[in-house]
Amino acid sequence: MADTSDIKKGFKMLLDGVPFAVVDHQFVKPGKGQAFIRTRIKNMMTGAVIDRTFKSGEKLDKADTEERTMQYLYPEGDTRVFMDTKSYEQMALTNEQLGENVHYLLDGTEVDVMLFEGRPIGVTPPTFVELLVTETEPGFKGDTSSNTTKPATLETGLQVNVPLFVNTGDRLKVDTRTSSYVERVKG
Amino acid sequence: MVQVLELRAALLSAIRHFFADRDFIEVETPAIVPSPGLDVHLSAFEVRDPRGERVGWLATSPEYQMKRLLSAGAQRIFQVCRSYRGEERGRHHEREFTMLEWYRADATSDALIGDTEELVAFVADSLDQPAPEVQPPWQRMTVDEALQFHAHLTLASLLDDEERFFRVWAEEVQPRLGNERPIVVTDWPASMASLAKLKPNGMADRFEAFFRGVELCNGFGELTDATEQRRRFERDQAERQAGGLPVYPIDERFLADLGRGMPESGGNALGVDRLLMLLLGAASIQAVMPFPEEQL
Repeated sequence: MADTSDIKKGFKMLLDGVPFAVVDHQFVKPGKGQAFIRTRIKNMMTGAVIDRTFKSGEKLDKADTEERTMQYLYPEGDTRVFMDTKSYEQMALTNEQLGENVHYLLDGTEVDVMLFEGRPIGVTPPTFVELLVTETEPGFKGDTSSNTTKPATLETGLQVNVPLFVNTGDRLKVDTRTSSYVERVKG
Repeated sequence: MVQVLELRAALLSAIRHFFADRDFIEVETPAIVPSPGLDVHLSAFEVRDPRGERVGWLATSPEYQMKRLLSAGAQRIFQVCRSYRGEERGRHHEREFTMLEWYRADATSDALIGDTEELVAFVADSLDQPAPEVQPPWQRMTVDEALQFHAHLTLASLLDDEERFFRVWAEEVQPRLGNERPIVVTDWPASMASLAKLKPNGMADRFEAFFRGVELCNGFGELTDATEQRRRFERDQAERQAGGLPVYPIDERFLADLGRGMPESGGNALGVDRLLMLLLGAASIQAVMPFPEEQL
């Protein structure tokens, strides 16, 4: 059993059967009064962030979670199938569970899969992925400095804003935390 | 880091200057004391000698000894010292922190509120941190008004559930106190009087100032009735016992001196690290301390 002194960023606890991860926390103690820990916690199943205040010393249930490195294999119906790179065990996550991250999965991409009580509930893709441009308006030669951008569709269906010099067939580095263009990859 | 050291030194120097100008004398009282304070929500570090025998506790504030000095005839005293709280750690808490405490004999809590306003304005000027918002007079509100204004609840509706009171205070009220300018909150319930006397309206003669949602100080019109003080100590001890908390002894010499004729007095305790943090706009008290516990 854990208690509020274990609370730190990333600490995972179980509330009404749902795993939550601590995003932010603050010790507060009204003068001469009871101490509390105010927290901002993220529902690991839905991604919703809520505020919750615990009495200092309150007992907490640790959530039974683990993260495993897995390789993306293929889509299957409404799901995507991954394989544990150590045990070769295969697991499927629904597109709904994957959300935006579906756009960062290419054959063989390695992701961190979060498991709750042994079942996969979400993935963290690599911070940067390289994706091919499948569609964008033709580029303007020589325009490499302008701040003007245009939309581009990438091979996974992801849409990002790119500089004008980017062309269909270019390979781009994308930041998965912000879903944004970083740079064009040479070669 | 060097800049923080310079600003801290300037702050301490300004505090001493401020009190010297008002005929206060600086005093020193021990860090190891026979009773660390009985407030139910305070926890203290026990101190043992090399043979493992208990010597006392680290003071959670220098309050008892400074009041004994008032009983001994001191009129205006201040102290800047380290104080220790066993379990307080966070952005606005360190287990070892710097406390400024001052007392005026023959004075009311109003005089202490006035000192506080002037001190903070003076210190801000001395640090060259232009802070027009801290110029006196500060806004005042009672606890009941603060609850009604920020949480739409009356104090009366929370009085029989102290935990709920503190939860509402911590979540709804305190974060919104003093966002523009510092505010002084008065008229605390009698059950939270601690070492304050009661006012004719039955409320505790206790005030706290808040600035940007941070508690800056806690002051009292001091209780001088030794019998009533013993009754409160015994109640706190019983509550500690019931809650499975360590039961600290009653400081009998403090009570004896209180009974021997402590003058009507006002006192205030102010967090020096928090004051520096607020004046500099720092994100935590750790940012204005050379060695917060985590970096030792």
